[in-house]
Amino acid sequence: MVIESWRLLKWGDVLCLLLLAALWGVLTYWSWAQPRATRVRIYQDGQVYAELDLMAAKTLHVTGPLGETVVEVASGKARIAADPSPRQYCVQAGWLQQAGQSAICLPNRTSIELVGHQPRAYDSLSY
Amino acid sequence: MTASVTKRTAKHTAPKRIQITPQDAYIARLAAYAIVLSVLESGIPSPIPGVKPGLANIVTLIALERMGWKAAAWVSILRILGASIVLGGIFSPGFALSLAGGVLSLLVLALCQFLPRRHFGMVSISLLSALAHTAGQLLLARLWLIPHDGIIYLIPLLSGMALVFGFVNGVIAERLLRQYPAQAPASIANAHTQQTH
Repeated sequence: MVIESWRLLKWGDVLCLLLLAALWGVLTYWSWAQPRATRVRIYQDGQVYAELDLMAAKTLHVTGPLGETVVEVASGKARIAADPSPRQYCVQAGWLQQAGQSAICLPNRTSIELVGHQPRAYDSLSY
Repeated sequence: MTASVTKRTAKHTAPKRIQITPQDAYIARLAAYAIVLSVLESGIPSPIPGVKPGLANIVTLIALERMGWKAAAWVSILRILGASIVLGGIFSPGFALSLAGGVLSLLVLALCQFLPRRHFGMVSISLLSALAHTAGQLLLARLWLIPHDGIIYLIPLLSGMALVFGFVNGVIAERLLRQYPAQAPASIANAHTQQTH
């Protein structure tokens, strides 16, 4: 049945499929090639707590109202390794790599944000 | 006096018949099929909201091939209205997205009529229309619902799905069209009785 289905195609269909697949490849490259982050900014209670270079491997313990949030930085990426928040959303966000990404541990009032060379396109975000 | 009253009401209630051509009836049938497909499809769980196979598009393609662009436009718009009434989402953002996708895909179908049909079959048309559908939805979402460039991250996923489902739907439409060769719309309405022998 699969071979039969291929016979339904005219050569224009195959051409169309190949062209569109190529276009999809270009589109994917363009969409996902966002500027890489160079630094990570750590916020505690709304204040910038630290700003680290992403290339330097480092583990940082930030104390918030609930306890310690552990921020891990390694070879161009950063994550929240551990957090006392009940739902663990910021830990589950995993490794962040691109400029503009962030992980927010709201109960412990701690967040990390990756920044690149270019300034942010927006002033602030509100939820 | 009473007689004149009845006479007058009789005159007024005499229904003014709308002429229903066999084409109208066929469009209504196809739109009904498309609505059923849309409703069935909404019952299929999807890992990503908004990613649907778009099976109703098969019906639009058949309408385009059999009766031309105008009929395809009717079927598509009736399907969007009908399905959102049945599913209860009329005039919701989801409805607007569906309409934006439908309208852009119809515009592309209008252009597809200029494709040399000797070399390009339903699969090409289906692929282009599926991509246009996704593009229409993404454009409206970017302009209205999520005015932020973060939506760009979704383009590869959604357009990839459009390619896969556009291809599959195109193959199904091509198969159906070859299996049931063209008949005049009037005789299609009687297809059941003809198939029994």
